[in-house]
Amino acid sequence: MIGLEHYLTVAASLFVIGIFGLFLNRKNVIILLMSIELMLLAVNINMVAFSSFLGDLVGQVFTLFVLTVAAAEAAIGLAILVCFFRNRGTIDVEDVNVMKG
Amino acid sequence: MLSQDLNTILPEIILSLFAMGALLGAVYTVKDKAATLLVWITSGLFVALAFWIGTVGEEATTAFNGMFVDDAFSRFAKVTILLAAAAVLIMSQEYMAKRDLLRFEYPILIALSVVGMMMMVSAGDLMSLYMGLELQSLALYVVASLRRDSVKSTEAGLKYFVLGALSSGLLLYGASLTYGFAGTTSFAGIIDATSDGVSLGLLFGLVFMSAGFAFKVSAAPFHMWTPDVYEGSPTPVTAFFATAPKVAAMGLFARVMHDAFGNSVSDWQQIVAFLSVISMFLGAIAAIGQTDIKRLMAYSSIAHMGFALMGLASGTAFGVQAMLVYLAIYVAMNIGTFAFILSLQKDGVPVTNIASLNMYSKREPLKALAMLILLFSLAGVPPMLGFFGKFYVLQAAYDAGLAWLAVAGVVASVIGAFYYLRIVFFMYFGAEQDEQLDRSGSPILWGFLVASAAVMILGVINLFGIEPLAEAASLALVN
Repeated sequence: MIGLEHYLTVAASLFVIGIFGLFLNRKNVIILLMSIELMLLAVNINMVAFSSFLGDLVGQVFTLFVLTVAAAEAAIGLAILVCFFRNRGTIDVEDVNVMKG
Repeated sequence: MLSQDLNTILPEIILSLFAMGALLGAVYTVKDKAATLLVWITSGLFVALAFWIGTVGEEATTAFNGMFVDDAFSRFAKVTILLAAAAVLIMSQEYMAKRDLLRFEYPILIALSVVGMMMMVSAGDLMSLYMGLELQSLALYVVASLRRDSVKSTEAGLKYFVLGALSSGLLLYGASLTYGFAGTTSFAGIIDATSDGVSLGLLFGLVFMSAGFAFKVSAAPFHMWTPDVYEGSPTPVTAFFATAPKVAAMGLFARVMHDAFGNSVSDWQQIVAFLSVISMFLGAIAAIGQTDIKRLMAYSSIAHMGFALMGLASGTAFGVQAMLVYLAIYVAMNIGTFAFILSLQKDGVPVTNIASLNMYSKREPLKALAMLILLFSLAGVPPMLGFFGKFYVLQAAYDAGLAWLAVAGVVASVIGAFYYLRIVFFMYFGAEQDEQLDRSGSPILWGFLVASAAVMILGVINLFGIEPLAEAASLALVN
């Protein structure tokens, strides 16, 4: 029997993979965007699992909002990335370093 | 019911309809030629809405089943946000026009982010909280990279985007845990669910959400994005980042902590006190080595957010009052300081190097004097207004039994005074140099600089009467 805790474990693992993807990745900014998406989707799994467990629809409504915002966020991220590529000629994470910090 | 709800959120509706209408209108007609006009209309609308929100309505109302709260607290924060945004828009107009940066999207994006901030401080539910926060952030990511042909500006936008999205993710994960373990997303429901202690799951939710908020207010140890974004963004955008979004994020932080987790003050008090003490010391120490004034202002804002968090950490109504007074003073100081930074240029090219201020007082005695007052106020030297802001939060922390935090605040403020006074030293006793800054300076920037400096001195009489307003606001939030 698959219970709530299984879903929560999957979501937590995906979330942690997303965070590690953000911090350990030294290769490509696109992978950062994928990691961000993974984090948001992990949250969605959490929401839907809780929603079904509690018998309460609010969690699924929240999920729809999150999906919409995630799409807008990806669009803006890619737009900024295109501008950055035009100026810098590369999208390697190591080259995002004009300012120290 | 619906008409009543719509009536409650009328200011937000007007502002978002204006933003969408202006976007369509400008795209289909004259495009960037409308930019100057739009800047003035938008800031006029901000000021009108601020007066409307500030004067209308006494009692607290909620709309859409408690998703949106309109009370004294949200009104205080909204008026501060709107006035700060209007001031920054007016200041940025000439600077941007001169550098060919004044696109018609700029005032529209600012208006949209202000709608998001107004949603944030009025949130009464995790969903409206998230939507307001994202509306604000998405608009700000774009304005950070407004200078599309500059590596620095696009890099600032990229960094802000990646770390901002990470913080939204953390916050959202906390929100999902809170929803699951409290069984509801409304703040009123969460406070009922925590009436007999906080479960472990809710505690995790609280910690994740606090981490997300700490990112948004740029409190250490989640401050990494701040210096780079402040340095890389065009200066008017930096001025905006340093004022209105900070008020909105602190307001949201206070609202969630008191409205949703008000029963478990002892659980979050340590988290907020920890964020406060780390931010104050990091802001004070890391700013010492900076040579770029925008980067220095970034660390300065981290330290100031540490002080504002100290008010929140005390967990009392007086603490929230102190936080609101501190934020209002902070915004007034920063508007003047950025008016000064915006006016710095050499042969028409903006300068942000601190060393270029050497012997500035000889050429521009009045401007140097106004900046001196502002820097003293930022450092918290009595009798400037900045001292009273600090005094308020220290007193709140002391009254709440956090004497160690108050002592740490005094120490950090003494360390922080060094780098503000270093700028004063450069302006009055620095080395002579051949390359001189331009003598120019627009009357608008000059006016903002002098007005802000005058506020720092004249405000000591009665703080312009914001004290009772802040008190009413804090009593609306904490009960």
